[in-house]
Parts: sequence; structure tokens; C-alpha cells
Amino acid sequence: MREPKGPREPATLLYDVPGPRARRRNLLSTLLFVLAVGGVLWWVVASLADKNQLAWAKWAPFFTDPRVWHTYLLPALRNTVVAAALAMGIALPLGALFGIARLSDHRWVRASAGTVVEFFRAIPVLILMLFANAAYAEFTDIGPESRPLYAVVTGLVLYNASVLAEVVRAGILALPAGQTDAAEAIGMRKGQTMAYVLLPQAVTAMLPALVSQLVVIVKDTALGGAMLGFSELLASVRPMSANYGANTIASFTVVAVVFVVLNFALTTFASWLERRLRRGKRSTGAVVGADAVQDLAAPGEPGRPGPP
Amino acid sequence: MFDFLEGYDLLGAFWTTVQLTVYSAIGSLVWGTLLAAMRVGPVPLMRGFGTVYVNIVRNIPLTVIIVFTSLGLFQTLGVSLGAEDFTTVNFRLAVLGLTAYTSAFVCEALRSGINTVPLGQVEAARALGLSFTQTLRIVVLPQAFRSVVGPLANVLIALTKNTTVAAAIGVAEAALLMREMIENEAQLLLVSAVFAVGFLCLTLPTGLLLGWIAKKVAVKR
Repeated sequence: MREPKGPREPATLLYDVPGPRARRRNLLSTLLFVLAVGGVLWWVVASLADKNQLAWAKWAPFFTDPRVWHTYLLPALRNTVVAAALAMGIALPLGALFGIARLSDHRWVRASAGTVVEFFRAIPVLILMLFANAAYAEFTDIGPESRPLYAVVTGLVLYNASVLAEVVRAGILALPAGQTDAAEAIGMRKGQTMAYVLLPQAVTAMLPALVSQLVVIVKDTALGGAMLGFSELLASVRPMSANYGANTIASFTVVAVVFVVLNFALTTFASWLERRLRRGKRSTGAVVGADAVQDLAAPGEPGRPGPP
Repeated sequence: MFDFLEGYDLLGAFWTTVQLTVYSAIGSLVWGTLLAAMRVGPVPLMRGFGTVYVNIVRNIPLTVIIVFTSLGLFQTLGVSLGAEDFTTVNFRLAVLGLTAYTSAFVCEALRSGINTVPLGQVEAARALGLSFTQTLRIVVLPQAFRSVVGPLANVLIALTKNTTVAAAIGVAEAALLMREMIENEAQLLLVSAVFAVGFLCLTLPTGLLLGWIAKKVAVKR
């Protein structure tokens, strides 16, 4: 895909500055759109009110009762964050290892690393989590109370390490070829070139992609809540709505808002980081953007090189 | 060795997975295209709506959305999407949730495709007197679609894998059957291998085929 040239915004290129007729037409579309959205909103509010979900009593606990936060939301948020941080911390070195292995000069190292990476990218995370959960129950003596966390982290690590392997590979391939040439010219061995020249730059280049992969990990922890009894944010909806009078909608809204705030902060940070790295004078100009994660997150296509 | 498979509807479960994928793919292609059109359109309110929708939906876990369709939409508000029995209701709710979520990614992929269409073509279309809708429909979108077959294939594969989340509301697809089989059978490794291979069979050919199509149809520039 080509980079869009310069600061052109798609929003300003498909139509002219509106004249009188276009302004009238836009006003008409705005009105129709407002009517349509308003209709949907009215239906939502009406049915919410109908089921008594808008009553202040259903929403009040989240604003007036600190116990909701202390008992349910904050511990759940902590579990979400702990699982995500553990998964990221383990998956990153593992992913770097496999990413480098995929660039190896030896065919069998390249091929086996490639097979492992493609395999785990093609399997849904939930399947990996279910497998890990059962495997811990059968083959280890990890107690049932800590097993969900182990299972969630294992599933996340297996999947995300393979995605990160591709990100690392893209990061290394995105570096100018002169970097390797220069390292070879001053007599560095392959391992030294990787460890001292390529990897540090690649890690900087892929920081935006790493941060935005965190969003994927944070979102996937919710699978553990729904299927494995891991007590993270989504799992806190049921006890909250049971203890505070069937405030299902309110509980979902609060949980969704917490997720959105957390992930939106990460997304914004990632794109800020990307802009900063692209602007930087001292870098080689190689950046694996935040979007790379989504582009790479699909198996099946034979090895794509990083961005040009 | 594989006699533990008897008594389970393995093909049926994967068929449900495929159905979930196909219906949600069609739904999200339509809704995602509309969202993309709104996001590049001349009406500020629609642009705002598109941006807000994409940014919110992308940051909510799919699991939360799917569980909400069941606990919130169906059990609390009584939205049953015109279905009578429990199985159909859950299936349709899952399709609704998957569509709402995947459209955000389709929209973003399409928007990046719209960016690949050279500015000169758009200017030429406008110079000919084409309106915004005509420019989008006749000049921009056909080229944009051809350049985003690759990214859309990624979205489709992610969607295929994401259908497993429907297990959270009891849709009888592959992941739910896997959980049931793990509970009942003492063949953890074999059971897992069966499902892993099942998903490999779904995702790898899709990726290869669409990757090949993407190369074929891409506009050479």
C-alpha cells in the first residue's frame, strides 16, 4: 500500500468547498441523518426507560458508593492490567527470538520458526486459552484459583509472541541495508550485528506497533472473564448487577467506558510516539507504525517484508 | 485413535463457525462501507459520527460486545431480532455483535484504500462535474476496493477467528464444542489438535486465496 502523500486528508479531497447549493444539500443530509440517529436513540432511550434501566438507583452506585469500585471494578481492572502486562512482558522477548529466527541464514531454523509463528497466528486465542486451561489442570498442580490467570496469560503469550515476531521481523527489515553493511565492514559477527546494531534500532522503530499491540492484549483478557472464570473487568458485570439490583446496562456501560478510556489512551500514545519517531532527526527513519499490527495479524500469506 | 469424536457434531460446529463468519462478513462489509463513506463525506455531523463510532467500537473488547448483546440487549431489553427459539436468538445476536465490531475495521481498511487513489483522478472527476456520491461510487471506491483486498482479507481472517467469542453466549460453534469435549474426554492433546487443524483449514486457504486475488486485482501504479 502506498503512503498517502503529505498531509492530505481524505475528508478534504473528495469534494469542493461547498457553494450555496451544496450547503443546502449538506444541511438536508444533516437533517435526515439527525432524524435517523435521533430515531434510533429515541428507541434506545424509550426501551431503556420501559425496562426501568434509566432509574437513578441503577446508576447511583457507580457515582455515590465507593464500595462498587473497591470491591469489584478496581480489583478487576488490576487483574486485566496484570494479565496484559505479564503477557506483553513474556511475549516480547519470545517474539523477538522468533522474529530473529525467521531471518536466520540457516534454512531449517527459518522454516521451523516460520511454522511455529504461522501456526499460532492461525489459531483463535480462545482455543489457545481453553487448551492452556485444561493442560494446567491435567499436567501441573497449579491451583484452580490461579489457573485462569495462567491460562489467559499463556493463551495471550502464544498468540501475541507470534504476532510480535512478525513485527520484530518487519522492524529489522525496515532498517536501511547500510546498517548491516557498515556493521560487517567494521568486522562484526552476525550475532553482534543483530545485538548491537539492528535490534536496538528495530525496537525503537517498532515501539508504536508494540504499544498498539497492547490494546489487542487488553481486549483479549476479556475472553478469560467470559470463558474461564478469570475475574477481570467483564466478569465483574455479573456480580455487580446481582448485588446492585439488576443494573445490567449501567454495569456494562461503566465497564465499556473503562476499557475505552484505557485503550484510547494507549492508541493515542502509540500514534503520538509514531509521529515523534518519524519526525526524529537522529533515527534512520524506519518506523513500524501502529497500523502494522493489524496488517500483520493475519496468517496464511507467505512472508511479507516490512514496509519499504 | 479418533473414536472419541463419535457422538459429537464436529462438522456441525465448524459449519456454525463458517455461517457466523459469512453472515458477519457480509454485514460488516455493508456497514463498514457506509461508515467509510460517512468518514470521507462532506457532512460534518456524519464525519463526526463515523469517527466516534470507529474509535469507540475498536477499543471495546469483542467479548464485552457479544456478552452485552445477550445479557443487555436480549435478557434486559428483550431484543430478540425476530427469532423464536433460544439457539436462533443467540446466533443472530452473535452476528449482530460481530458485525458491529468488524465494521469498524472494514471502515479503517477502506479509508486507507481511498487514500491510495491519486488526487488527480478525484480532481478530474470533480472537474467533469461529478457529485461527491458519483465521485465516490464511480471513481474512488472501485479502485479503493481493489487496493484493499489484502487488508480486507486480514479482517476476514481475524473475523473467522473472532467467531469463537460467540461461545461466550452459548452459540454452538467450534470453541464451545471444544470446551465440552475437553470436559468429557481424557484426550486433551488430540481434542486440541483437531480444533487447531480445523481452524488452520479455515484460515490458511482464505489467506492464500485472497492474497493471490489481492495481487491480481491491485491497481498497478
